[in-house]
Amino acid sequence: MASYQNIFTQVQVRGPAEMGVPVEGSEPRYELTSFSYWAGKIGNAQLGPIYLGGLGLLSLLFGFLALFIIGMNFAAQVDWSPIAFMREFFWLTLDPPGPEYGFSPFVPLNEGGWYIMTGFFLTVSILLWWVRSYRRAIQLGMGTHVAWAFASAIWLFLVLGFIRPMLMGSWAEAVPYGIFSHLEWTNNFSLIYGNLFYNPFHMWSIFFLYGSALLFAMHGATILAVGRFGGDREIEQTIDRGTATERAGLFWRWTMGFNATMESIHRWAWWFAVLTTLTGGIGILITGTLVNNWFLWAAENGIAPPL
Amino acid sequence: MALLSYERKYRVRGGTLIGGDLFDFWVGPFYVGFFGVTTLFFSALGTGLILYAASLGDTWNFWLIDIQPPDSSYGLALAPMREGGFWQIITICATGAFVSWALREVEICRKLGIGYHVPIAFSVAILAFVTLNIFRPVLLGSWSEGFPYGIMSHLDWVSNLGYSFVNWHYNPLHMVAVTFFFTNCLALGLHGALVLSATNPGKGKTVKTPDHEDTFFRDFIGYSIGPLGIHRLGLFLALSAGFWSAASVIIAGPWVRSWVAWWDWWRVLPIWS
Repeated sequence: MASYQNIFTQVQVRGPAEMGVPVEGSEPRYELTSFSYWAGKIGNAQLGPIYLGGLGLLSLLFGFLALFIIGMNFAAQVDWSPIAFMREFFWLTLDPPGPEYGFSPFVPLNEGGWYIMTGFFLTVSILLWWVRSYRRAIQLGMGTHVAWAFASAIWLFLVLGFIRPMLMGSWAEAVPYGIFSHLEWTNNFSLIYGNLFYNPFHMWSIFFLYGSALLFAMHGATILAVGRFGGDREIEQTIDRGTATERAGLFWRWTMGFNATMESIHRWAWWFAVLTTLTGGIGILITGTLVNNWFLWAAENGIAPPL
Repeated sequence: MALLSYERKYRVRGGTLIGGDLFDFWVGPFYVGFFGVTTLFFSALGTGLILYAASLGDTWNFWLIDIQPPDSSYGLALAPMREGGFWQIITICATGAFVSWALREVEICRKLGIGYHVPIAFSVAILAFVTLNIFRPVLLGSWSEGFPYGIMSHLDWVSNLGYSFVNWHYNPLHMVAVTFFFTNCLALGLHGALVLSATNPGKGKTVKTPDHEDTFFRDFIGYSIGPLGIHRLGLFLALSAGFWSAASVIIAGPWVRSWVAWWDWWRVLPIWS
């Protein structure tokens, strides 16, 4: 046990920064690179380069605008006092418009207009970042799996802040921007609709969320355990199975009678992560639109005691 | 089908922690070993008790079967079987089965000459279970604090625990745990997607290299942790999620009444008050 367990990199080899696979017909990368000794302890020490291009710059700009509006609203709420800003930070909130405004896009700024604008800018920023994830994969000749996984997270984001409020006909349904206020929203959402634990899609989402932790613990631990045989070289091991993959597979086969392959474990990973937000989004979307009280729904469908 | 084409040469004697050659064999794909036998014993007994306790209950509805811990009047004493004794013995069986399973994993690791990362990771999950159903009840002086064994009833337990502290979302370690769960899910999705995107570039295209993986992530977000580092990060995130979940529950006792009010200390820090 006192031997090397592959938790940290013990010797860091450092050469010139790697500038990446050449891409034709695209705007250049920003050749800003540096090295972090502490990042190198667990992963690559190299920071950068980054590619932004027009879309990336626009995305950052809109993202900054959204954060800036939230920050300025917070600051205004504490009368521009920096110390009160820090003291009250967790309690500060940028709330959506009240129910009296329905789903109108035209709301006075201080009564939720800032909220709508923030949501719009944040959405634009995220969608532009998504296009980047898609286009860059194509430019590098890779599959678009990252983009579609990202899209599943965006689905949940849009359901919470736009699609469900639209279907309910009221911005007031949307999640506020604030630390404690978004937790309050979550808490109240469950209370209003009869306990979200009885929502089957919430159950699925939690199942996949916990399953994701289980899978990453199993997968990460397995790869580290066979690290001495080169198990972290997953692409090579996928194409040309080596002893690392054989031992990793046999470990699980002997433990639970079943094993994934070096490639299929990443399909399990992808689906579990994607289904967490996909089912979560469905669960939110049908709450209040199709089902008003999950406890009653459960009682009617035999998964809670009959009333 | 039980034996893979390359499996025979890996099926070697030895590496056991206890019992020498006794039970050092396979049944189908499963390795047995001394701890396989103890796993089987505890899980068979525990499952049997669950079924027996369920048969004494008033429903066979899968969702509603419910085996409750003893009433608080029993404190930490043994309770009669039908008043929580089932729950107590099932808890012992579950812990015994989990620990046996982890030790059996250790033996398999030794046979294969690989690190002990998986059983160590699994022990964090076991720690979370015993924290909720043994450590915390012991600290609070009553087995009634444990969660019941039932699909919907354990959800009710979680719900009630949260509201008995007004709003569980304000529990600072719950915040930490949820953050780790979400980050873990994000990292898992990105890792799975990145490997699949390199090995499945589309029909007629060549499989890509780790250089492409690094390039994609540096282009995308300015940093690529690398094929080894992502597994260290993933293991850390997953274990942290489990560990801080357990921690968030064990800090919730009679010394906290409301997690909402708990935050009052922040507003009276000497810096600004």
